[in-house]
Amino acid sequence: MSQVGANNSRRRFLTGAVSVVGGAGAVAVAVPFLAYWNPSATTRAAGAPVEVDTSTLEPGQRVDTSWRGQPVWVIRRSEAAIDNLSELDAQLRDPNSDVESQQPAYARNVHRSIDPELLVVVPICTHLGCIPSFMPQPGSLSADWLGGFFCPCHGSRFDMAGRVYSGVPAPTNLPIPPYRMAGDGLIVIGEDEEAA
Amino acid sequence: MSDATTTKATGGLLGWVDARFPLTKMWNEHIAEYYAPKNFNFWYYFGSLALIVLVNQLLTGIWLTMNYNPSAEGAFASVEYIMRDVEWGWLIRYMHSTGASAFFVVVYLHMFRALMYGSYQKPRELIWIFGMMIYLLLMAEAFMGYLLPWGQMSFWGAQVIISLFGAIPGVGEQLALWIRGDYNISGVTLNRFFALHVVALPLALVGLVVFHILALHEVGSNNPDGVDIKKNKDSSGKPKDGIPFHPYYTVKDTFGLGVFLIFFAAVVFFAPEMGGLFLEPPNFEPANPLQTPEHIAPVWYFTAFYSILRAVPDKFGGVVLMGLAIFMLFLLPWIDRGKVRSIRYRGLGHKVALGLFAAAFVFLSYLGLKAPSDIIVGFTVTLWAQIWTVVYFGFFVFLYVYTAFGFERTKPVPERVTD
Repeated sequence: MSQVGANNSRRRFLTGAVSVVGGAGAVAVAVPFLAYWNPSATTRAAGAPVEVDTSTLEPGQRVDTSWRGQPVWVIRRSEAAIDNLSELDAQLRDPNSDVESQQPAYARNVHRSIDPELLVVVPICTHLGCIPSFMPQPGSLSADWLGGFFCPCHGSRFDMAGRVYSGVPAPTNLPIPPYRMAGDGLIVIGEDEEAA
Repeated sequence: MSDATTTKATGGLLGWVDARFPLTKMWNEHIAEYYAPKNFNFWYYFGSLALIVLVNQLLTGIWLTMNYNPSAEGAFASVEYIMRDVEWGWLIRYMHSTGASAFFVVVYLHMFRALMYGSYQKPRELIWIFGMMIYLLLMAEAFMGYLLPWGQMSFWGAQVIISLFGAIPGVGEQLALWIRGDYNISGVTLNRFFALHVVALPLALVGLVVFHILALHEVGSNNPDGVDIKKNKDSSGKPKDGIPFHPYYTVKDTFGLGVFLIFFAAVVFFAPEMGGLFLEPPNFEPANPLQTPEHIAPVWYFTAFYSILRAVPDKFGGVVLMGLAIFMLFLLPWIDRGKVRSIRYRGLGHKVALGLFAAAFVFLSYLGLKAPSDIIVGFTVTLWAQIWTVVYFGFFVFLYVYTAFGFERTKPVPERVTD
C-alpha cells in the first residue's frame, strides 16, 4: 500500500479514526440487539402481584399459586414444625439465611417469613430447577426427617423453612419471593412490605 | 494456483459459465482432482455421512417449519397436528428426530476416527478446531430443538440446562433471565429458541462445515497409517498413494450411504422412539411448569457430560468440570506431543489409554441415563460417574505426560501407505 508521495501519517490517522468511530458504533449497535432478549414490558407486566387468601388454611396445608410463571407455595406450619426449625442449625448450609439473594430482608429470620406460621416459598430447587416434593410429615423421608422439601432429581433436602441441608447438591436455600401481609389472612405475592 | 487444476477452455454452456464462475475449477479442486489416500477404511464413511445427515436435517427441518407453531399455547398441538393430520407429516418429523440422534452417532464415530489416526495432529489442528466448533454448535442446536415440541422433558431439560448458567457467580441469575427472556421458561423462550434453531445456528453450522472442508482440502486428508501422501508424488505431481475423490470415494461413500440408510430407515419406521432414548416418554405430555417429571435425563447424546456434571457435589464446580470436559478436546492437538499419528504405530500405553477414554465416554453416557442413587454392582451411580470422570480427564493428563516426556515407544512408520 506504500505509494510514492502518499502521506502515511495522514493515512494512519484516518485508519485509526475510522476504527475507533466504527468500533464504538458497533458496540452501540450491539446494545439493542442484546437488550432485545431481556423480558419485554408485557412479560414484566405479567409478573403483576398475586393475592392468596390464607384465612382458611389449616396447619400442615398448602396453597399453590403462580407468580411470574413460577410456582409459589404458601404453607401454614404446625407448632411442632416451627419448634423444630431452631434445632436444625448444625445440619444446614445456611441456617441464618446469609445469602441475601434468596429472600427479602424481612424474611431473614429463623422461620424465613413475616408470620412465623406462614411460609411463602418458590419451590424451585436451587440446584437445577426441579420442583421438590413437599414432605411435611416427620419421618416420611427417613427416620430422622423432621419434615421439609425433598428434590427427587438429585436428592437435595430442605427443611420446613426451605433452608438447604449440608451435603446435598443444591447450593442455597429455596428462594422466598417478595410479599406482604394485607390483613385478614390475605397475602400479596410480588409486593414488598415497605412498598405497601 | 491452477497448475494442478487444469481449467480447460471448453465451449458450450459450461465454457460460458467457466469464463464467469469457477465451476469446473471448483469441481476439480474439491472433487475430481482432490487426491485422497487410497487406504481409507470403514471409519472414513462418517464424514460424508455427517454431511448427508445435515442435509436431511435442513430439508426435513424446513418442511416441519411449515406447520409448526412456536408458541407455548400452540407448539405441542402443532407437533401432534404434524404427526396425525399432515400428509406424511409423521415421516418428516421422525426423519428429523431420528436424524438428530443419527447426527450424533456419526459425529461421535467421526471424532473417534480422528482420535485413532491422529487426524487432529499437526498440520490438521484447524480442521479439528473447526470440527469441535461444529460439535459445540450441534449440541446447542440439538438442545434448542428439543425444547420446540414443548413436552414435559422439553421444558424440564431446558430448565436444568439454563439453570447451569445460573451457577456462574455474580452474573449467573441475570444471565439465565436474559437467556429465558422471562422469569421462568415460557413461550418467550420457546420463540427465541425457535429462531436460533431454524435460522441462526444452521447458518453458522453450514458455514463451519465449509471451513472444515476447506481446511481439510488445503492440507489433505489423513489416513489409517498417518502417512503424509504428499511426500511421494509422481512426475505429474500427483501423490502416488492418492486417488481422485471422484469417482473412487464418491462411489465408496455412496455404498456407505446405502448401508447407513438401511439402518436409518429401520429406526424411522420401526423404532422412532428407540425405547425412550430418542424421544423420551415424558415428552408425550405437554409442558407443565408446575410439575417436574419423576426423573429428568437429557437425550442420550448429552448424558456423558450430564454424568460429569452430577459427579461433582458442588453446583458451580460441576458446571466448570462439564465445560472443561469439552474444552479439553479443543486442546487435544497441543496436549498430544507425539509425532506418530496412527494408533497402528503408537505405543501400547496410548492404545490402552484411548480404549479407556472411549470406555469412559460410553459408561458415563450410560450412567447419565440413570438416577444418581441407583445402585450398579454395589456402587451408586454417582460413585461410578466419579470413577469414570477421573478416567476421562486422566486420558488427557496421561497423553501429555506420555508424549511430552518421551515415555512413548513407537513403531517405525512406513514410507508409503499399507494396503
